[in-house]
Amino acid sequence: MPPIIQFEALAEDALLLRFGERIDIELNACVQAATECLRQHLPQVECVPAYASVLLRFDPQHWPGNNPHQQVQAAAAAALNENASTIAAAQELVIPVCYGSEYGPDLAGVAALCRLDTDTVIARHTAADYRVAMLGFAPGFPYLLGLDPQLAVPRRTDPRLRVPAGSVAIGGSQTGIYPEVLPGGWQLIGRTPLRLFDITANTPSLFSPGDRVRFQAIDEDQFRDLAATSPA
Amino acid sequence: MNVTVIKPGLLSSLQDAGRPGHAALGVGRAGAMDPPAWQLANALVGNTRGEAAIECTLVGPSLRFEQAAVIALTGATITARVSEHSVPMWTTCRLPAGSVLHLGGMASGCRSYLAVRGGFDVPALLGSRSSDLHARIGYAHGRPLQTDDVLPVGAALALLGSPADGEVQPLGWSLDPQPWFDFAQRPLALLRGSHWSQLDAASQQLLLDGKFSLSKDSNRTASRLDGPALQLRAPLELISEAALPGTVQLPPSGQPIALLAEAPVTGGYPRIGQIALVDLPRLAQRRPGDTVCFHETTLDEALTRLAAHRQRLARLLGTIAQRLERT
Repeated sequence: MPPIIQFEALAEDALLLRFGERIDIELNACVQAATECLRQHLPQVECVPAYASVLLRFDPQHWPGNNPHQQVQAAAAAALNENASTIAAAQELVIPVCYGSEYGPDLAGVAALCRLDTDTVIARHTAADYRVAMLGFAPGFPYLLGLDPQLAVPRRTDPRLRVPAGSVAIGGSQTGIYPEVLPGGWQLIGRTPLRLFDITANTPSLFSPGDRVRFQAIDEDQFRDLAATSPA
Repeated sequence: MNVTVIKPGLLSSLQDAGRPGHAALGVGRAGAMDPPAWQLANALVGNTRGEAAIECTLVGPSLRFEQAAVIALTGATITARVSEHSVPMWTTCRLPAGSVLHLGGMASGCRSYLAVRGGFDVPALLGSRSSDLHARIGYAHGRPLQTDDVLPVGAALALLGSPADGEVQPLGWSLDPQPWFDFAQRPLALLRGSHWSQLDAASQQLLLDGKFSLSKDSNRTASRLDGPALQLRAPLELISEAALPGTVQLPPSGQPIALLAEAPVTGGYPRIGQIALVDLPRLAQRRPGDTVCFHETTLDEALTRLAAHRQRLARLLGTIAQRLERT
């Protein structure tokens, strides 16, 4: 655990634990470990991890006395102190991606911005280890940390109204995947045939915060085969 | 039994208590914008399990009830009639089979709730029948109700004896809406937000003493507030953190945005205030153009009001259940 955690009351039913103010893969690993620990020890509290903070939402009436925030804060601090070595139970996921052509219409543009050829962009994008920092923007949308700094490119100046589901994209120093057809301004470099979010499934989201992710390049035939077999 | 949508109204959707507990997956809570009004509508028809009701916005739908039904209307003051009979609000009403309920415009407020005995029984997703219009989750992929939608109504024991024959039959008593609907549009209690101290002094003053008006761009996700532009002392670059209903954010335009039921689960704008939980339904009932003012509160004060509010609502729910039993 990092030495300093700031607690801040946000609302009658919410408290924020802040570990820092940066987007950083190590800081986010602390956030994921703390989230795991707090879920185990404070099951009545909803824990929502972000880049460098965890939101705790609770019912103030479940904490008798007149200072529920102080009580939740004390319980959270105690849980984190006594369980300094909690490791978040992360999945490791390999995501097949068909890069370029109609699947990644911005690949050539990204390569030009990075002064690389498209094969090198793909090689670097598939070489890195990523971590799911948090989910947001839309149900099941993973914000991934770990992008090769050489591949960081600005968002598009003209955001698309309809980004296809499964699009793998770069926005600034982050990479992510659109779970559904959504508007979006990130640069689209490829697409995965996997379904990221299905609210009717037992586990609706393919990704959870803290998961480790790698990308694997596939060709168009493999994309079609996988799309045909993946549950839609 | 089914209810068929003949005209959908301006923006009608099924809502219940929402979908808490899934923000970590990017799924927001959604749910009724005016939870006490939704809860009281259910109570008046004898529903006790958080059944889904229709949330109407500004102009209500027209609906055909295949069979006799027991309904209740709460929230914003809406015109309601079956043939030439007007249907009173804040009470329990029996409708005969084949009734067509026409809900019209609202004299005051923005959102009315129509509950039916048995509840609208569409499939629950992650434990809720709420439509999240922004995330497209819920009945018909979270879209608003449309003409020809057929909504199933859950099975329930008959209430109030035999079904109504031929006429609308309201009960002889109704609730006083005064405590549950903010006719006077009083100022909303505001807690200082995380970045309150980053506002310049004039903007702090304006937020608490200024007059804002609800923008027509407001929806279930957020109320946008037109009025004096607010400024930070210096630009603030923030990384995304979890977001909440009630949070008043300040985007670069300087026009505050108050998040509501469909608040995104993360956000990166400065948080200049947090509206007290008991006042969120009152904001949800403001119409575009209505005035929005704030006054400062403390966390202790807000918690005390919340506890008192919950107690009062619980007592009323108990009273309604008793009276329905005796009727």
